[in-house]
Amino acid sequence: MDDLERQFEETVARHDRIEPRDWMPEGYRRTLVRQIAQHAHSEVIGMQPEGAWITRAPSLRRKQVLLAKVQDEAGHGLYLYSAAETLGVTRDELEARLMSGAQKYSSIFNYPTPSYADVGTIGWLVDGAAICNQVPLCRTSYGPYGRAMVRICKEESFHQRQGFELLMTMMRGTDEQRAMVQESVDRFWKPALMMFGPPDAESPNTARSMAWGIKRHTNDELRARFVEMTAPQAEALGVTLPGNDVDWDELKRVVSGDGPCNAERLAHRQQAHDDGAWVREAASR
Amino acid sequence: MSPTSNVDHGPYDGLDATDPAHWAFGTGFADPLDGIDPHVPDGVDRVALAALCLRLGDEALLLSHRLSEWCSRAPDLETDVALANVALDLLGQARLLLARAAVVEPGVVPELPAGSPVPAEDALAFFRDPPAWTGSRTAALANGDFGHTVVRLFLASTVRLVVLQRLTGHPDPVLAAVAAKGVKELTYHRDWSGRWVVTLARGTRESRRRTTAALGQLAPAWAELLDRDPAVRDDVEAVLDQLLDASDLERPDEGGELPDDLPDLLAEMQSVARAHPQGRW
Amino acid sequence: MTGPLYEVFVRAKRGLNHVHVGSLHAADDAMALRNARDVYTRRNEGVSIWVVRADAITASSPDEKEPLFDPAGDKVYRHPTFYEVGDVPHL
Repeated sequence: MDDLERQFEETVARHDRIEPRDWMPEGYRRTLVRQIAQHAHSEVIGMQPEGAWITRAPSLRRKQVLLAKVQDEAGHGLYLYSAAETLGVTRDELEARLMSGAQKYSSIFNYPTPSYADVGTIGWLVDGAAICNQVPLCRTSYGPYGRAMVRICKEESFHQRQGFELLMTMMRGTDEQRAMVQESVDRFWKPALMMFGPPDAESPNTARSMAWGIKRHTNDELRARFVEMTAPQAEALGVTLPGNDVDWDELKRVVSGDGPCNAERLAHRQQAHDDGAWVREAASR
Repeated sequence: MSPTSNVDHGPYDGLDATDPAHWAFGTGFADPLDGIDPHVPDGVDRVALAALCLRLGDEALLLSHRLSEWCSRAPDLETDVALANVALDLLGQARLLLARAAVVEPGVVPELPAGSPVPAEDALAFFRDPPAWTGSRTAALANGDFGHTVVRLFLASTVRLVVLQRLTGHPDPVLAAVAAKGVKELTYHRDWSGRWVVTLARGTRESRRRTTAALGQLAPAWAELLDRDPAVRDDVEAVLDQLLDASDLERPDEGGELPDDLPDLLAEMQSVARAHPQGRW
Repeated sequence: MTGPLYEVFVRAKRGLNHVHVGSLHAADDAMALRNARDVYTRRNEGVSIWVVRADAITASSPDEKEPLFDPAGDKVYRHPTFYEVGDVPHL
C-alpha cells in the first residue's frame, strides 16, 4: 500500500469525506460512478410511472402536488448526475449507458401504475423505502454524493407525506376508492421490499462498499427497518399489508430486464432523448 | 440522531424536515391572498367579474396542462424542471381564479349530485363540458415539438403579461392581487421562452427551420390572442417585433385556422374525476 | 448535453455568503442563471445566484495541501486565545 492509498484508507476510516480531486482507488471511483449513476437513472426513469397521471389528476390540488413531485425527481436526477460528473464522466456518457442497458435503475419502476391510488402508494411505500435506503447515504464517504443526498432526502420527505395523505383521503372517500387503495398496496408491497436489494447472503459487493463507506447498512438491516416503520402506518391507514415473503427470482428477472414495463420505460426515455437532440445541439453552439 | 446533523447544508438548512412548516413548499412561503379582503366591493358587476376570472383561469389551466405534458419528455433535465415551474405558476393562477369566479358568482359552477365533496374549483375544472370553457384555442392546442412549445409560450405570455399588468388596479382586490402575483411570474415566462426562441432561431439550420415552422403554424394563434384582447395590441406587437428582430426571423402571414383540441384535452383531464363523482382526493 | 457545465452558488438570505449548491448545464451564462433559479431555488432557498463555468475555476490540488495549508497550522499568535490577559471586561 503506497502513501496515497494509506491516506485514502485513513480518511475513510475516520469517517471524513473524499472530495473530487483527491486520489482514490480506481475500484472506489468505478463503484461510485455506478452507484450514483444508477441512482440518478432511477430518479429519471421514476418520473414515468407517476408522471403518466399528471394529465388525469382528479383535483387541481392533486395535479399541482403531483407535478411538483415528479419535477423534484428530475431535479434529483440532475443533482446526482452532477455529483457523478465530478468523477470524470459526462451526463451524456451515463445516459448512453442507461439506454444501452449497461447501467440499471431501481427495479420498482418496472411495475405498472394502472390506478390513481398508485400515485399515493408510490409516495408512501416506494418513497418511504427510498428514504430508508437514502438517509444513511447523506453520510456516504464521497462528499458530492453525500451533499446531493442531503438535499434529496429533505425533498423526499414531502414525497412520502403527500402519498400518505392521498391514500388517507381516499380511504375516507367511497367504497370504490378504499378498494383501489388496498388493491394498489397489494401490488406494490413486495416490489417495495425488493427495493432494498437481494438478501445479504446473496449481495457480494456489500462488504466492500461498507468498508469504503459508500454503503452504511446491509440490505436486510434496511429492509427490516422499513417493515417496522411501515406496519403502524398501514394500521393508521386501515389497509392490510401482504406477507413479507419475497420471490427473489422475480427481482432477478426484473433487474435483468424482464419486468412488466422495462421496455416501455427505456423506450420512453429514448424517445425523449431523441426528440430533444436537435434542441441540445442548437443550444450547444 | 438526525442523519444530517453536524453538516453545513448552506442554503438548504431551512428545509429541515423536522419542521412541519417546511414540508412541501420550503421557507418563507407566502399566501398571495394574505391580507386581502375577500368581499366583492359594492358596484362591481358580479357576472362580469366571474366571467373575467373564469376566462383568465381557463386560459392558465389549459396552458399549464399542455406544459405539464412535457414532464419526463423535455430535451434535458434542466428544461424539464423549468417547464414544470412555468406549468405550476399557471396552475396556481388557475386555482385562485376559478375559486374566485365561484365565490363571486356561484351560478357559474356546474351542479353536482347532492352531497358531492368536490370543491368549486374542481367542479369548474373537471365537470364543465367543452362549450362552457372560455380559454383560447391557442392554449388548448396539442403540443408540437419543443420549438412549437416555446413559441406558443412566448406568444401567450406576452399577451397575458400585459393583460395582467392592466388588472393590477382592478376594483376587485382578489383579482388585483392575483394579477400582481401573475405579473412577476409572466415576466419570467416571457423572458425564458423568448430566450429559447432566440437560441433555437440562431442555433443550427435544423433548429432554425423548426422555429420558423412553429412561428408559421402559430400565426393564427397570435391573431386569436389579439382578437380576444384587442386593447393590448400595440403593447404586444412591439414585443413580438423585438423578438423577431433578435431572432432574425420574418413575421409570418396571419392566415390559417387553429384546430379545436379542447374536447380531447378535457376528455383526458376529466377522466378520473368524472369516474368518481363522489370521490375524495 | 446542452452546453457547458456551470457551478452554481446561492445566497440563502441577505448577510450570508454565496454557497456552492451544485452544478448544471446551460446554453450560455444567461440561461445558466435561469436554470439555476429553476433547479436550485424552487423552494425559496435563495435571494441571489452566481453561476460560473466549471472550466473557469482555478482550484488548488490536494497534492499541494501540505505547502499551501500546513504552514498556517502553527501560527497560533494569530488567534485571540493566544493572549493571556486575565479577567478584564470587554476584552
